[in-house]
Amino acid sequence: MANTQSMCTSFMSELMLGQHQLGTSTLVSRTSLTAPTTDTVKAALFLTSATINAATTVYAATGEVSGTGYTAGGVTVTNATAPTSTNSSATAGVAYWTPSASITYTTVTLTTAFDTVLLYNFTQSLKAISVHTFGSQTITAGTFTLTMPTNNTSTALLRLATT
Amino acid sequence: MLVTTTKGDMDDSLLEKREGTVDNDNELTTWIEYWLDGELVHRSAHVTLKKMPVFGGGETQVIG
Repeated sequence: MANTQSMCTSFMSELMLGQHQLGTSTLVSRTSLTAPTTDTVKAALFLTSATINAATTVYAATGEVSGTGYTAGGVTVTNATAPTSTNSSATAGVAYWTPSASITYTTVTLTTAFDTVLLYNFTQSLKAISVHTFGSQTITAGTFTLTMPTNNTSTALLRLATT
Repeated sequence: MLVTTTKGDMDDSLLEKREGTVDNDNELTTWIEYWLDGELVHRSAHVTLKKMPVFGGGETQVIG
C-alpha cells in the first residue's frame, strides 16, 4: 500500500452540501442544525450587455432581462438531487450537481437579447453560485427553456474537481 | 394548433412558421418563430446545455 496526497473528493461534495465550516460565517437559518432544509436556488437571465462572471458575488438586478411575464430574480430551480462525488483515481475526483429539471420561463416576452443565466442561492442572501452562457436569444410571447445536461462527472452543470 | 402570439392565441395555419437549430460544443438550441404579415408574433427557444466547464482544479500542498 502507498499513501497519496490529495484533497478528498468527498470533501468537495460536502462543501456543496454545507457540511464544513472552516471559518466564521453568518448563515440564514436552515431551521435545524442537525436536519437543515435545502436552500432555494434561483436562475436569473442576463442581457448580452451585462457583466456577469466569476467576480459576481451576489445576484443583483443590474443587467437582468425584463419584459412581460418575467419576474426580476428569475425562477426557482428544481433541486431534487443532492450533490455527489466520484473518485477517478487516488489523486483525482469530481463532485457534481445538476438541477433535476429544466429551467423554464413560460410565456414571456424578452425583446432585448440575453445570453446568460446566473444560478444563485436565494436562501443565503442571494449569493452567486455559477454563470452559464449560451447563444444570444430573444423571446416573443413564447417560452424559454434551459434543459440541463446529464448529471455525471463529465457533463454535470456544476463540477468541482481535483487534478 | 393554437399558438400564443402577441395578438393573442392564433391558429398556426394563419401564420408563417420558421425554425432553426444551433449545435456546438456548448449547447444544442432549437428555436421556432411564427410571423404574421411580416411581423414576429411568437418566438420560443429551447437551449440544452451540453457540457459545462469544470470549476476549480484543486490541489493539496506538500507539507514540509
